[in-house]
Amino acid sequence: MVDVKLRGIVKRFGKTVAVNGIDLDVRDGEFIVLLGPSGCGKTTTLRIIAGLEKPDEGRVLFGDRDVTYLPPRERNVSMVFQSYAVWPHMRVYDNIAFPLKIKKVPKDEIDKKVKWAAELLQISELLNRYPHQLSGGQRQRVAVARAIVVEPAVLLMDEPLSNLDALLRVKMRSEIKKLQRRIKVTTIYVTHDQVEAMTMGDRIAVMNQGKIEQVGRPDEIYLKPANVFVAGFIGSPQMNFFDATIYIEKDKAVLDVGDFKLGLNKDLIEVLKDYEGKTVIVGIRPEHIYPENLIPSTTKKVAKVEGIVDFVEELGSDTIVHVNTGSQILVLKISGSHHYEIGSKLVIALDLDKIHVFRKDTEKAII
Amino acid sequence: MVEKDTSMVKYYLFKIIIAGLVIIAVLWVITPFIISILYAFSDPTDYYSKEIIIPLHYTYEHVRKLVALGAGTAIINSVIVALMTIALSFALGLPAGYAFARFVFPGKDSLKLFIIGLRMFPIIVIAVPLVSLYIRLGLSDSLLGVALAHTAMALPFVIIITSSIFAGIPKELEEAGLIFGLDRTGAFLRITMPLALPGLAAAAIFTFIMSWNEVFIAAVLTLTNRTLPAFILTSAMAATDFIKFAASFIMILPAMIFVFIARRYLIAMWGITLR
Ligand SMILES: Nc1ncnc2c1ncn2[C@@H]1O[C@H](COP(=O)(O)OP(=O)(O)OP(=O)(O)O)[C@@H](O)[C@H]1O
Ligand SMILES: [Mg+2]
Repeated sequence: MVDVKLRGIVKRFGKTVAVNGIDLDVRDGEFIVLLGPSGCGKTTTLRIIAGLEKPDEGRVLFGDRDVTYLPPRERNVSMVFQSYAVWPHMRVYDNIAFPLKIKKVPKDEIDKKVKWAAELLQISELLNRYPHQLSGGQRQRVAVARAIVVEPAVLLMDEPLSNLDALLRVKMRSEIKKLQRRIKVTTIYVTHDQVEAMTMGDRIAVMNQGKIEQVGRPDEIYLKPANVFVAGFIGSPQMNFFDATIYIEKDKAVLDVGDFKLGLNKDLIEVLKDYEGKTVIVGIRPEHIYPENLIPSTTKKVAKVEGIVDFVEELGSDTIVHVNTGSQILVLKISGSHHYEIGSKLVIALDLDKIHVFRKDTEKAII
Repeated sequence: MVEKDTSMVKYYLFKIIIAGLVIIAVLWVITPFIISILYAFSDPTDYYSKEIIIPLHYTYEHVRKLVALGAGTAIINSVIVALMTIALSFALGLPAGYAFARFVFPGKDSLKLFIIGLRMFPIIVIAVPLVSLYIRLGLSDSLLGVALAHTAMALPFVIIITSSIFAGIPKELEEAGLIFGLDRTGAFLRITMPLALPGLAAAAIFTFIMSWNEVFIAAVLTLTNRTLPAFILTSAMAATDFIKFAASFIMILPAMIFVFIARRYLIAMWGITLR
């Protein structure tokens, strides 16, 4: 119904800079996820969009309308608060109905909508209770129900599923996503759960220390992280990072790690030759390193390295193996259940097509 | 098994000690009440008899005498003054308390300290200037005058208490109101006020009692329109003991009734708002 644009938003609280120059374009009807570690300014950004906080610098635009100084109720937004903010003096029913009552929606229609939302969030039995008679997760669902009964131009959700059990969370994820698709409301969704971000977002904005590090589709963020922070923040276990020196041979670019060398394709020479002789940060995801005997048939080029098994985590569906190559400990994620003796030798293969290279100084991606 | 027994003994011993302490505390508070109520209705012969501690014959005579002297009007005056004090001190103190709780502004902390500091002025120091000021303003010997003085005394308390009540109500609850279509006033009246009401009622009770008990200012500022404590001070204090007890009974009773009513209302509301 409306697109949201943030232009150079800065917000300070005393000496803390909570938001440090954010530019973001959220398209009409898009589901965008703000993802980032605790304290990176997600909630503050959301509150600025909602109008609960005035930015120190910058503008908030809804479509062509500059709403920077408009109070929340003139913005037609709806919000799920991180702290739920369910009103303690109203029953669940009245909590959900309240926004509609203020908008003077006819009574029978309110009733229909409240019942619909309660059903969707599985809180129909709780409508007559007061919030203090609910569990944390139930309260959170009341907050979500209250936010979706109104038909806002922009829906803001601040970790709306953080307090639900794993099963319910997966279910609610898909319910919210389906609902959002159906009513096509522009949605800005805050989470620090990367699985939630990857599965729900049309696009993800990865935030760190008050700044947006990268905006992109989930696969873009995963496959082409723009810098070391994004690369390390997305994916579990974390990407392996190690330093290497670049030199160029006549038909290949070589990353010299010390214990081992990685020879990259010659089509990368062009990009890497500026860095010849310099130290760079190399990154490779645990799922892109394989034991020698389990290299997928689709893999074209690998570099083999010998190491010693340092530690094993058997998760059932996956096995995480830490391998000591001498100067590095590399982490592998192997799908399926496998058994490795700690201390035993293991030859591992690094998928050379999946290697990331970052500048040492700016930590920005080179390839 | 043995260990469990000792822990059980400890548990119950602790309970018994607590119960004992509670009983002592309660006795400490209610014994004076009981004594004054008993003697307020005691027959003079019983009161003066050396053998009788708890009187056996009772009479309404003392209370009737006091009422005949004007205790009834004094009670009404006191109630009027107390209610005016509540109205005035809340009208002024509530917005101030809200501002202290919700907004950050320069000089906030020193202002808060200053407000508490106001209470350090001994009333005796300001009594005489106050009387001469009141005479010039035409407020002397008026209930409004007493209420204004009481308001000045109650205001720091009301500001501090209401600010802590408002501070105890999460800001997000109000903000949720703003998001879902209320303006600031609406959010205050429909979200914050209902949640603050039990606390505000408690503050109102304290203000009532403060005004009800205040004797010095009331005695200095009034002559004919005496409030109850001022009336008792001037009429009963020179009388016999059982008249004094009757006076204290008259003093206690309305305040108790007010507190009981307010408290029941309070408990009913706490039940919903708490947590
Ligand atoms: N009202 C405030 N006063 C002072 N500092 C604040 C205030 N609100 C937020 N901050 C600071 O601003 C920074 C960003 O806070 P914010 O709440 O936006 O983080 P967040 O990304 O939502 O974190 P989380 O994932 O833990 O909820 C933090 O360092 C926080 O301490
Ligand atoms: Mg937050």
